Amino acid sequence: MTGAWRWLREHAINIYAGLAIAYLLIPIAVIIVFSFNDPAGKYNFNWVGFTLEHWRNAFGISDLNDALKTSIELAVLATVISTAIGTAMALALVRHEFVGRRPANFLIVVPMATPEVVMGASLLSMFLIYGIGLGFQTLLIAHVMFCISFVVVTVRSRLIGFDRSLEEAAQDLGADPWTTFRKVTFPLILPGIVAAALLAFALSIDDFVVSNFNSGTTVTFPLYIFGAAQRGIPVEVNVIATLLFLTTVCAMLFTVWQQRRAERMTQARPQQEGEPAIPIPAGSAASG
Amino acid sequence: MTSVRRRLVPYFLLGPGIIWLILFFAVPMYFMARLSLYSGTVFQGNLQFDWHWANFKDSLDLYHSQFVRSFIYAGAATLIALVISYPLAYAIAFKGGRWKNAMLLAVVAPFFTTYLIRTIAWETILSDQSPVVKVLTDVGLATNGHVLATAGAVIAGITYNFLPFMVLPLYASLERIDPALIEAGRDLYGSPAAVFRKVTLPLSAPGLVAGTLLTFIPAAGDYVNAFFLGAPNNQMIGNVIQDLYLKQTDYPAAAALSFILMALIMVVFVVYIRFAGSEALMGEEARP
Repeated sequence: MTGAWRWLREHAINIYAGLAIAYLLIPIAVIIVFSFNDPAGKYNFNWVGFTLEHWRNAFGISDLNDALKTSIELAVLATVISTAIGTAMALALVRHEFVGRRPANFLIVVPMATPEVVMGASLLSMFLIYGIGLGFQTLLIAHVMFCISFVVVTVRSRLIGFDRSLEEAAQDLGADPWTTFRKVTFPLILPGIVAAALLAFALSIDDFVVSNFNSGTTVTFPLYIFGAAQRGIPVEVNVIATLLFLTTVCAMLFTVWQQRRAERMTQARPQQEGEPAIPIPAGSAASG
Repeated sequence: MTSVRRRLVPYFLLGPGIIWLILFFAVPMYFMARLSLYSGTVFQGNLQFDWHWANFKDSLDLYHSQFVRSFIYAGAATLIALVISYPLAYAIAFKGGRWKNAMLLAVVAPFFTTYLIRTIAWETILSDQSPVVKVLTDVGLATNGHVLATAGAVIAGITYNFLPFMVLPLYASLERIDPALIEAGRDLYGSPAAVFRKVTLPLSAPGLVAGTLLTFIPAAGDYVNAFFLGAPNNQMIGNVIQDLYLKQTDYPAAAALSFILMALIMVVFVVYIRFAGSEALMGEEARP
């Protein structure tokens, strides 16, 4: 009895962590389980029966397909642009001394601390005053804008833990700065760039609030869901959400694997004991 | 010549991103402020800029309760998220062992599903027929067998949706604590509670501050949770802003409210910067 009690005391925090993680995962399980539901009416809230019908018909709703296509196009473009711009900014901030670092830092941090509703509303205000038509192009402007800061922070954390002696070695061997960047720096920070791109893609494809303000008549995947919510969301939405979830998890695991491999190959930054391999998005950077 | 070129490099690297952020983040804030001083309506076609300060007073008179509610909901959600996250982050950092990466992946997993679908999953979980609500009713936590369309449901949704923003910074700062410091505390006969209070807690303060801020800010501006999980009397300021902008096209009032929201958030943010330093938020500190 006392043995059991002691075991419980020692493992209390682990049990608690298990419960907290279950809490985090339950809604995801609900989404996946309800993609197999066969709802009686148009609302997919109660479990009725198992069917594969909606998985077979996953891409059978043309409005939903169009929305998904728009979202993917938008996310790819926003990712490419914000990753290119953001990586350059991270390089400048970590590698160079220059006047104006503080205001630059400030301008990068503030968007991350701005409620989305304010970002969406302020962009819309500008578009309204200038009479700029809303649509795909305004969505792209907005998505690149809110992705940039997260890209900078992610790439930068990779650059900070970077062994510069490798670059010095390259230069000692006669490489010019551009060759050094191409052959040494870029391959080493590539996992960080990939992680940043993944994060930007996830932020863009998931964005609802800012898009809701600046979309005009263009419909993205989250906007489709919002519009469908009143008249009942088709089960196919759950199917696609499940597919998106699985794709992102795979992409994430792939990045982690690649990062580990890069580290093993170069030994540039031997992984410290207990250092997380998961590229922590968003708030992580905010730790002191 | 080359040294001039070298000095210009950081500006070339930063340029595109800074210009993008100025044009599509900073300048829109100016236009939002300007729009909040317009008078007239879209319907009458007499919308014009004339320093109409009354917008601020009028919209606050009408919607101050939504403001107060937003901050109460966001505060409550932040507090609950902290209570849930701290032991979880602690367990991952100190007891995770080889499960560390898997646990971190589970924490970020909700980010891989669409925000709206996650919230709608909670609508399913908290609907009247669900087993969760039955249990809550049995233990007396849900009055009349309802959870949906109450303040509790909105706060629960917000807590869930922003929980990773709390866990990750807490984890990052806890993980950095040298276990030797905690051992030293125990060797000096500190009780577990005293060691926690005098060693662990102060050392995790940066993560605590960052986590609370990163949860509170998006929570205060959120309107998705109130939309799906709340009743009309659970509306938050975000709901009002999006409604005024997109449905009622009362742009001046909407702009005034977003401006006030942004100003309040900036106060919180600047106090934080004073307290913790902008470098901490950017993750600029060199890692040991």
